Amino acid sequence: MLPLIFVLPLIQLIVLSNAATFEVKNIAFSYVDNDKTPYSRGLIEKFEASTFFNVLTSFPSQEIANSAMLRGEVDVILEIPLHFERDLSKEKKTELLVIINAIDGAAAGVENVYINQIIQGFNKNAQASLIKPSDLKYPYKSITSIPSFWFNETLNYKTFMVPGILVLLVTMITLFLSGMNIVREKEIGTLEQMNVTPIKKHQFIIGKLFPFWVLGMGLLTIGLIIGKAIFNVPMLGSIGVMYFYTSIYILVILGMGLFISNFTDTQQQAMFIAWFFVVIFILMSGLFTPIESMPKWAQIITEFNPIKYFVEVMRMVMLKGSSLADIAPLLIKTLIYALIINGLAIWSYKKTS
Amino acid sequence: MVIEVENLSKVFGDFKAVNQISFEVGKGEIFGFLGANGAGKTTAMKMLIGISSPSSGKATVAGFDVYKNAEDIKKNIGYMSQKFALYDDLTIKENITFFGGIYGLSRSRIKEKSELLINELGLQDVAKELVGSLPLGWKQKLSFSVALLHEPKIIFLDEPTGGVDPITRRQFWELIYKAANKGITVFVTTHYMDEAEYCDRVSIMVDGKIEALDTPKKLKEQFNVDSMNDVFLKLARG
Repeated sequence: MLPLIFVLPLIQLIVLSNAATFEVKNIAFSYVDNDKTPYSRGLIEKFEASTFFNVLTSFPSQEIANSAMLRGEVDVILEIPLHFERDLSKEKKTELLVIINAIDGAAAGVENVYINQIIQGFNKNAQASLIKPSDLKYPYKSITSIPSFWFNETLNYKTFMVPGILVLLVTMITLFLSGMNIVREKEIGTLEQMNVTPIKKHQFIIGKLFPFWVLGMGLLTIGLIIGKAIFNVPMLGSIGVMYFYTSIYILVILGMGLFISNFTDTQQQAMFIAWFFVVIFILMSGLFTPIESMPKWAQIITEFNPIKYFVEVMRMVMLKGSSLADIAPLLIKTLIYALIINGLAIWSYKKTS
Repeated sequence: MVIEVENLSKVFGDFKAVNQISFEVGKGEIFGFLGANGAGKTTAMKMLIGISSPSSGKATVAGFDVYKNAEDIKKNIGYMSQKFALYDDLTIKENITFFGGIYGLSRSRIKEKSELLINELGLQDVAKELVGSLPLGWKQKLSFSVALLHEPKIIFLDEPTGGVDPITRRQFWELIYKAANKGITVFVTTHYMDEAEYCDRVSIMVDGKIEALDTPKKLKEQFNVDSMNDVFLKLARG
């Protein structure tokens, strides 16, 4: 116990201070270049040169770009209109369409500011090189960018937070309860009594965990009702998909709880370890800090964070209306996670010492 | 023989908790397993009930090997631990139903058994109360009866009368005799030397080894003393 008291907080201090940043970085940027001129390429180069943007790809059409946005592959789409260069040199003004994934409203606001800074910087240079003495009588014209915030038009903070917080509650309650429950039986001696009976391991484990599974599903239901009734959070996707995903997700958390209780002797220890994981999981879930903004190593750690998947799925289904097919990759990862963690938990639960 | 043990040992690191013990217990026998605190009684018992793997030696319980068939042993034994181990937050009836279910008894059988058990112990009035609210003596008797619910061949009792008054202890031993008369083998550990006198045969463990094993009468003759208490003191002091 003593090493735990010192080692766990130190790990949290080092990992979380680096990972839980409020900077917005590595923004997944894509563009549709309808103009294909030196000027349009010049603008893209500006984005490529910026450390904030990660220029992923160019899409041939707006439709393809939009579907990539729906799947969550890109967070920003810049559409350069046809005759961008011509309009800029002749009319001295042009418009750029910018689509920003605004599920995280705060990050979307910051991204919009960055995009505008780059566009205006480019604009200044372009005007300087295009300007002719005869133009001087015209006032300074510029490129206007028209941002369009998708999935959360008004950048509403609650729309963004409610699905995430709901995820946390379901996770915390089921993890703590399942983690402490079996340890409690160790403490009061009933676990030994159970181990002397011919009960099969899987019977015991299912019997112990099934009530918490039901409880988790119940919490989700109450949470969704409150989300709708009090916060009026949009629910674009299918409720069935949410329940289906959650039913598998809770298995991961219950397996973790069981795993923790197999390696602890008191409820206090179990609580301490469960809490350690929950804090890391929450701060590295993408709920507060966009995962793309985390350092590479921290992003790798988040791959093992079940809350990350749950937050992502809930936001996708509730705010984007994603279908079962859209969340399939996340669902499969969660399912594999559930199988592995429950396999480990059942393996490490021993009736004989 | 229902229990056969040969050179059974359990080692934790350098510490030999149980050091090459050997004995046999016959059907319907009340076998007293005595020893001071820390002598290795509970460790030895845990190996026999299949929740602790032996380090070496041989043992069979109800004809099943403790290494290979621990789960078969569990079907044929009852166990009552030092700690009271029924569920405090279930009622008497619920506890009986629960443990009956775990041992695979049918619903009608559980119902019949639970009525019988509650009547025998005179618990009719409190059958629907939480077990946690019962006095310790009642809990112990209930716990013993629940351990016999599935009609095991052998019952293991680990200090069953710890902390209860002399009258309840007396009643508890009456229950033990009743079980033994039905042909159930009783394997019991205790600190109370008067209880040792009630056993058919007694073994005394000192520092992980069995130092004496015989009927109480013969042990007293062997050590030339009047009571089991004196036998124990002579052995335990060395």
